[in-house]
Amino acid sequence: METAITILIDGLVFSSYLFLVSVGLTIIFGVMKILNVAHGSLYAWGAYTSAYLIGLWSDAGLGDGGTFLMIAVAAIVVGVILGLILERGLIQFMYARDEVITVLATFATFLILEDVILLVFGVNPYFAYQPMAYLDSVEIGGIQRDVYSLTLIAVAVVVGVSLWLGLTKTKWGKLLTAVIYDRELSIAMGINVTRVFIVTFVLGAVLGALGGAYVAPTVSVAPGFGVEVIVLSFAVVVIGGMGSIPGAIIGALTVGIARAIAVHQLPEVELFVVYGVMALVLVFRPEGLFAPAKARKI
Amino acid sequence: MEPSRDWTIPGLTIGFAIVAVSGAVFLPDWLLNQMVISFSRALAVVGLMVLWRTGLVSFGHALYFGLGAYTVALLGKEFGVSDVLITLPAAALASAAVGVGLGFIIRKYREIFFAMLSLAFSMVLYGIVVKTEALGSTDGFSVLSPTLLGMSSDDAGVTLVSLFLGLCLVGWAVAVLVHRYLKSVLGSLTTAIRDNEIRVEYLGYSVAEAIHGKYVMSAALAGLGGGFLAISLGQVDPDSMINWTVSGELVFVTILSGPGSVAAPFIGSLIFELIRTYAFEWLPYAWQLIVGATLLIIIFFLPDGVWSLITRLAAGRGDKR
Repeated sequence: METAITILIDGLVFSSYLFLVSVGLTIIFGVMKILNVAHGSLYAWGAYTSAYLIGLWSDAGLGDGGTFLMIAVAAIVVGVILGLILERGLIQFMYARDEVITVLATFATFLILEDVILLVFGVNPYFAYQPMAYLDSVEIGGIQRDVYSLTLIAVAVVVGVSLWLGLTKTKWGKLLTAVIYDRELSIAMGINVTRVFIVTFVLGAVLGALGGAYVAPTVSVAPGFGVEVIVLSFAVVVIGGMGSIPGAIIGALTVGIARAIAVHQLPEVELFVVYGVMALVLVFRPEGLFAPAKARKI
Repeated sequence: MEPSRDWTIPGLTIGFAIVAVSGAVFLPDWLLNQMVISFSRALAVVGLMVLWRTGLVSFGHALYFGLGAYTVALLGKEFGVSDVLITLPAAALASAAVGVGLGFIIRKYREIFFAMLSLAFSMVLYGIVVKTEALGSTDGFSVLSPTLLGMSSDDAGVTLVSLFLGLCLVGWAVAVLVHRYLKSVLGSLTTAIRDNEIRVEYLGYSVAEAIHGKYVMSAALAGLGGGFLAISLGQVDPDSMINWTVSGELVFVTILSGPGSVAAPFIGSLIFELIRTYAFEWLPYAWQLIVGATLLIIIFFLPDGVWSLITRLAAGRGDKR
């Protein structure tokens, strides 16, 4: 029973993490049909910036409670600035090109941003343990757990719910849905698709950066930080169905729980499980479990 | 328009002969090393180029590249076999065999789904290797130094030159065979499939089978390339053989080379290797930046790769005549 609880909590924490890092990717894909490899860089940039700002805040002696503010600041600053630069400077020229070529262009961007990180932040790892130390730890199921990791679940729920509300209840969400279903018709109806694209990309970028920024305190932020995340979030998004937010939730839960079970019961297959599930889902449902229905065009 | 004479095969023969002779006679060892590595990669890229002409991009050919490399390494480690006439064909065969199996699944997919499914398959192998102690886990293990029909040399220089000459021979043979394949009816189905699958079906060909065939071919070539790379590096490890970044590099070189000719991957691959080495030497913290910027420049200004530069130059000369 205790193992079951441990697996469940580990799985939920990891799922929340996966949801946070992949939901931005799936939104961008859903609206713009772009598989953004540079998402991994946004994640890494968010992590570095947040670790750096937390360090500054804490050195200034302003109390560790405020470091949470720094996490949000890092996510928004990185997401908005890098998102705008990427969309205006690169992605907007790719809309007319092949999907696969666009993936390559974002891969190139990823390579470039990886090194810019090194040039800006140096090669030494950053540690931002303050938020974790501030929240201390609790005992659940006989195991000491830091509260900070558990708050990840709350953050994921908040992000998920607000995205769902935003998409279904606001005017912006309706515009977005219209663009997802039919780009050309949306233009004909007078929707400013360019603006929808910019907002979507920046939103996705902020979410990617938030994933990194929130995870930063739990790990050492070192070079190569974004590489693993890219394929992990691809796996999540592909399993759930590219472009679907409920899909990202299901995908994250599937991968998260599956990995937690593997880690505790059969550690040898930890990585295998993630990609094995991805391959299996693709084989039987190539569009993913929850892909939005494609409108038939004649 | 009257078709102009095809100079590819004589061109390839002369080109590879010149490269092989100059390599054996006067090129310095460091350059030979670079050429061995880049030609190994080029073998895999030739296969990817055939797929690309068909309109398919695989983000998972590191699966076959790594499979080939590990086949060679394991034959040495488990059975003490180091003869290249056994290890390299085994590498190609192992990859081809897996390609036949996975091909049944993957041939139904197109575009981004083809790319993602191949990525998933390659990451499964990566996951297995990283977690398997017997396969050296993340550290990998070393490869026996190669022998040919029982002959071997203690002189690293001699081994390098022989490897290089062998690679030139194999590269030439692969390029010629693939070129002839592309000129055949089955081969010309590449562009046809990309343009309109339904019409190809109406012509009486099975698109699925044609794609399957090309997929297996590219798998075998990637395995062969991986095998060569394992021998030349003397070491295999998952991050430099199977991780998705390796697939990314292979696709990168494909785009850099361009689909114009079977000779292009060899030139493109060498350019890639040189850019990477020099960038790494001069700006160790910015080599990825330079590589990435190169890729962006190619995508925007040379969508048909460096080969289009060569044909453009040749066409310009033709106009003046």
